[in-house]
Amino acid sequence: MLDFLSDYQLNFLDKILLPAIKATFEMLIYSTILSVIFGFLVGVLLVITNKGGILENRVVYAVLSFIVNVIRSFPVIILIVFMLPLTKLIVGTSIGVPAAVVPLTVSATAFIAKLIESSLQEVDKELVEAMHSFGLSDAQVIFKVMFSEALPSMLSGVIIATISILSATAVAGAVGAGGLGSVAITYGYQSFNDTVMYITVGILIILVQLIQSIGDLVYRKMKS
Amino acid sequence: MIEITAVQKSFGELKVLEDINLRIEDGDIYGLVGKSGAGKSTLLRCLNGLETYDSGSIRVNGTEVKELDKPGLRLFRKDIAMIFQHFPLMSRKTVYDNIAFPMRCWKYDKQQIDSRVRELAEIVGITDKLKMKPNVLSGGQKQRVAIARALSMKPQVLLSDESTSALDPGTTASILRLLRRINEELGITIIVVTHQMSVIRELCRNVSLLEKGRLVLSGPVNELFLSQPDALRRFMLEDDIPPDPRGEELQIMLTGDDNSQTILSRLARELQVSYSVAGGKIERYRDQQLGSLVLTFASEDISRVCAYLDAQGIVWHRYLPLDSGKLQEEEADA
Repeated sequence: MLDFLSDYQLNFLDKILLPAIKATFEMLIYSTILSVIFGFLVGVLLVITNKGGILENRVVYAVLSFIVNVIRSFPVIILIVFMLPLTKLIVGTSIGVPAAVVPLTVSATAFIAKLIESSLQEVDKELVEAMHSFGLSDAQVIFKVMFSEALPSMLSGVIIATISILSATAVAGAVGAGGLGSVAITYGYQSFNDTVMYITVGILIILVQLIQSIGDLVYRKMKS
Repeated sequence: MIEITAVQKSFGELKVLEDINLRIEDGDIYGLVGKSGAGKSTLLRCLNGLETYDSGSIRVNGTEVKELDKPGLRLFRKDIAMIFQHFPLMSRKTVYDNIAFPMRCWKYDKQQIDSRVRELAEIVGITDKLKMKPNVLSGGQKQRVAIARALSMKPQVLLSDESTSALDPGTTASILRLLRRINEELGITIIVVTHQMSVIRELCRNVSLLEKGRLVLSGPVNELFLSQPDALRRFMLEDDIPPDPRGEELQIMLTGDDNSQTILSRLARELQVSYSVAGGKIERYRDQQLGSLVLTFASEDISRVCAYLDAQGIVWHRYLPLDSGKLQEEEADA
């Protein structure tokens, strides 16, 4: 099927491109899953410790909010380098997929936490008040009412975050994480091989389109 | 019965409720009226513990609201339902699920929920909308769903916070009729917060007027209307009539009986006085027609006319324009 390709091309596909796609997928999936989990936790914590929240606590909110903002102010590439010692401590290595997942997760967690926080805060205050007026508990109001109402908006937040994680994996590729980003830099840019660069860019475009389309589809299902 | 005694509340420096004393009997429809910022919504929220009060006492059927702990307050709220200005519903749930939601959270059994939802849909008139989502409903229909949801756990008291303020006049009237029916047929005490005098007129038996966190008037709606206290006139503002330099103005109250309704022709016939009509209107107060006429009489006739009105048992007032200086001051405040 692929006999129009030369040996070199076959070799490139087999040994370099496919493993790179796999690495990108691994980084994307692990980082997304972990950051969605942590991001939800932090986002909910931000909402309930904020002014008027059910566990209002200025200190916790201020500290948490500060950390989240600090992380968000790092460009991903700087965060990856800056976190190297911590990354090594957590996963035991500073190169490859596991080493990339740590900073990617940290960066995306801050991003998702902020998105979740704003989605939850946009839930109609009158609705929240109405639910309290029926004697619902605080937990019921957050998890049964606010989550349900904010779900479509949280989902579109997660989709945006997933796409930004994908572009962050490419950046991570530039500093030793492997994946499509590293192929584009090493075999494309640094080897003056435009074809390789275009191929990786093409794959990234397809991935982004795919993620966004799936997201839009689910969003519409949820909204209707 | 709801007893409010010496309730105070401030937000920082700002006093939002000051020495509120009020008693609301079971089965009443009680109006709390006032301009925005007068504290009426805050007072309403104190009744079900959505707001706290700094001092004083609020007893609902003997329970001091302030003293309830969290689980106690949750149980207490089952008996005190509430509806809101923008009829907040859960946008992703059907009408059926919205009405059933509080009962589900309180773990009612399935069959009980189902029959209750259908019964309520019947009462509020939305049986054909149960499978729809709120976004396809009109404002009035959404408020009906919200009312059904509020009634789901058979409350004794229904609090209404500006529940018709976002609706057009026709829909407002139909929601008011529904609330009145709920009060009469289910015996639920209804407390209505509104800035619309028409809501008070059509729905309430008793009313309190709040100004800047203070109760300035309380009493049966029709009696307050007939006595025309200044605070009420200030609030209703719309009917202020400019003074007539040609004579003196009297406001004659029309209570709907023959005696007051024929007063115009009798004044002319029996006293042989002439007068001009400066203003007036007749409005519906629940089941009563009440109105007033402002008539301008020549100054020399005034004492004769007053004596005649007293003898006939007609309620009347000297009609004086409101102190315009004070009104402007108030508007500047607002």
